[in-house]
Amino acid sequence: MIEQVADPLPQASFAKVVLELDVNNHPGVMSHICNLFARRAFNVEGILCMPVSDGKRSRIWLLVFDDHRLEQMVRQVEKLEDVLNVRHHGAGHEVFERLEGFFL
Amino acid sequence: MTQLTGAQLIVRLLERQGVRTIAGLPGGAILPFYDALSASTQIRHVLARHEQGAGFMAQGMARVSGVPQVCIASSGPGATNLVTAIADACLDSIPMVIITGQVPQSMIGTDAFQEVDIYGITVPITKHNFLVRSAAELLDVVPDAFRIAMSGRPGPVLIDVPKDVQNQLVEVGEFPPPAVADMAPQLDMAAIESAARMINEAARPVLYLGGGVVHSGAAPLAVQLAEQGGLPATMTLMALGAMPMDHPLSVGMLGMHGARYTNFVLEEADLLICVGARFDDRAIGRAAQFCPNAKIVHIDVDRSELHKIKNAHVAIHADVTEALEALLPRVKVTLRQDWLARVADLKQRFPMQFPAIDDPRSHYGLVKAVADALDDEAVIATDVGQHQMWVAQAYPFRRPRQWLTSGGLGTMGFGLPTAMGAALAEPERTVVCFSGDGSFKMNIQELATLAEEGLNVKIVLMNNNALGLVYQQQALFYGKRQFASRYRTEPDFVKIAEGFGVPALDLDLADDPRAALAKALNEPGPCLIHATIDREQFVYPMVPPGAANTEMIGG
Repeated sequence: MIEQVADPLPQASFAKVVLELDVNNHPGVMSHICNLFARRAFNVEGILCMPVSDGKRSRIWLLVFDDHRLEQMVRQVEKLEDVLNVRHHGAGHEVFERLEGFFL
Repeated sequence: MTQLTGAQLIVRLLERQGVRTIAGLPGGAILPFYDALSASTQIRHVLARHEQGAGFMAQGMARVSGVPQVCIASSGPGATNLVTAIADACLDSIPMVIITGQVPQSMIGTDAFQEVDIYGITVPITKHNFLVRSAAELLDVVPDAFRIAMSGRPGPVLIDVPKDVQNQLVEVGEFPPPAVADMAPQLDMAAIESAARMINEAARPVLYLGGGVVHSGAAPLAVQLAEQGGLPATMTLMALGAMPMDHPLSVGMLGMHGARYTNFVLEEADLLICVGARFDDRAIGRAAQFCPNAKIVHIDVDRSELHKIKNAHVAIHADVTEALEALLPRVKVTLRQDWLARVADLKQRFPMQFPAIDDPRSHYGLVKAVADALDDEAVIATDVGQHQMWVAQAYPFRRPRQWLTSGGLGTMGFGLPTAMGAALAEPERTVVCFSGDGSFKMNIQELATLAEEGLNVKIVLMNNNALGLVYQQQALFYGKRQFASRYRTEPDFVKIAEGFGVPALDLDLADDPRAALAKALNEPGPCLIHATIDREQFVYPMVPPGAANTEMIGG
C-alpha cells in the first residue's frame, strides 16, 4: 500500500484583475495583507498603498492573477479586521497603467 | 478621573471582562503587568512551568467554558514558546486572548535582549493581533481583542505590550463596557427555505456535524433536527459529544479513522447537510470522491469556509444556532424508514470493531474501563496519536464540551495542560487526560503545576514506548522500515510523577486493574495511571492520507 498524495494544483490562468481595498492605516496592515497572500502561495504582481483623507485610512491597490482561488482569497482578505471593504476591477483599470512609466 | 499605569489598566479591563483565572509565566518585559496583577483580588494566576503549558491551560478553560480565556508570557522566548498553543487555538477556533510583554518601544528593532517580533510571527496564526503603542490605546485594544476572539468563528487574539507602555501613566475617565460578541450575519431566509426543501425531498440525507455546532451551543438543536427529519448524523473529531454516541441516529465519527459503515453511509448519501464543519482532509479523504452522489447544504458562520473545498448547492452564511432555529419549523417530521433501514444494514455488516474491549489491559479495553468508572459529567482530554483516535472511536461521549482534543494542528503535548485548564475552569468535574508516552513527554513539566494546584486531573498514560502513529504509518506505507519511531530507553513514569509530587498507579502491577482504575479515578486530586500497551496494535480502520474514504485498511 502506497501513501497517496493530494492532487496537483490546476494550472493558473494569465488574466489579471485589480483589487481595491479600504483599510485602517497603522503599521501592521500591509504586513497582514501581504502575509495572507504569501502564505497561500498567491502571487501579488503589483501593490500600491497611500493614506487617504485624514490619514486614519489607507487605500491599497493590488494587481493579481485571476486564478481559480481568487474568490477564496478575497473572502480571506475580507475577514481581516483592518480591511473595511474590497472592490474588484478588471485588468484594464488605469491605476497600474498610469504608473507604467516609472517601471521602464 | 483615575490615574493608572498601562499594566494596572490591563488588569482592571480583564477584571471587568469577567476573567477570573489566567495562566502564565513571568519574565523581564512583562514584570510591570505581574506587579499590577499581584494587587488584584479578583484574578487568580496559575504559574505554568513552560509558556506552552500556560497557552494550553487557557485553551482548556476556553474549550470547556466557550468564553475567551487569557494567558500571559514575557517577550522573546516566552512569547515564541506560546506559538504552538496559539496556532492550535487558531485551527480549532478556540477563543483566547494572549498578552505578551515586549521590549520598550525605544528598543524595538534594535535586536535588544529577548526582543522578537511576536506581532509579525503571529500574523498567520491569530484571528487578529495588536502591538500597543500607548497606554491610552489599551482602552480600545483590550475590549476589541475579546470581542474579536468571541465573535463569529472564535479564535485567538494576541496583544503585544511594550514594557514602557505597561509603565506609562494614563488618566482614565470612564472604563469601556466589557466586550460582547458582534451580531451574527443576517440570515438568508431564501437559502433556509431552499435547504428545508432539499431536506424534505431527499431520499438519503446525512447530517454532518462539526466543531461549529459545539462552539455555537447548537448541539440540542442539531439533535432535534436529526430526530425531526429522520437524518442519520455523523460527527467530525471536533464535534464528538454534539450528539450522544449511543443515539439511534448517530453513525459515529467520519473520516480517516471512522468506522467502515460511517464512510459507506456517506458514500450513498444523496444530500449532505454540513453544519459548522469545514470538509477537512482528515474527515473527508480525497475531496473529489467524498459523497459523490450528494447535493450539499453548508451552514457556517465563516463565509470563507463556504465553497472552499466542496461547492455547496445551498450555502448559508449564518450562526449555526440561528440557522437551525430557522430550519427546524420548515423540516417535515419524517420517519425515512427505507434509508434508516439501509443505514442499519450497513452498520450491521461493517460495524466498528473493538477487539479485546473487555480486557482492561488492551487499548480499547482501557478506554472502556475508564468510561465505565465515570459518568457523563467527566471531561475527557487527549494528547495526539493512536491513543487519541482509540478514545475518539471507543469513548461514549454524550454531551458537548465533554471532549477536548487537538484536531486541526494535532499538537502532541496538548493533553496535560489542557486538562488542567478544564479542571481550573470546572473544579467540580473529574478531568481525564488520555495520553501516550510520546505526547506526555512534550509537556511533562506541567506535572509540577498540577501537584502545586492539586487539580482533579487523572492522566491515563498508554505507554508503548514509541511514537505509535509514526510507527504505524511506517509499517503500513513505508515497507515496515521503522526508523526514529521506537525509543531505545524507557523512563519510569511512575517515579517521574511521584518525583513531581503526583500520586501514581501502575496498572501493569495491579491484580484487579478494573478495580484499581475505578478507585484511582474516583479519588479527588491528581493521579497518573500508567498502563503498558502493545506496540503492534494499530488504529483501524485507516484511510491512507490522500485516498478516498471508501479505501479503508483494516477494521
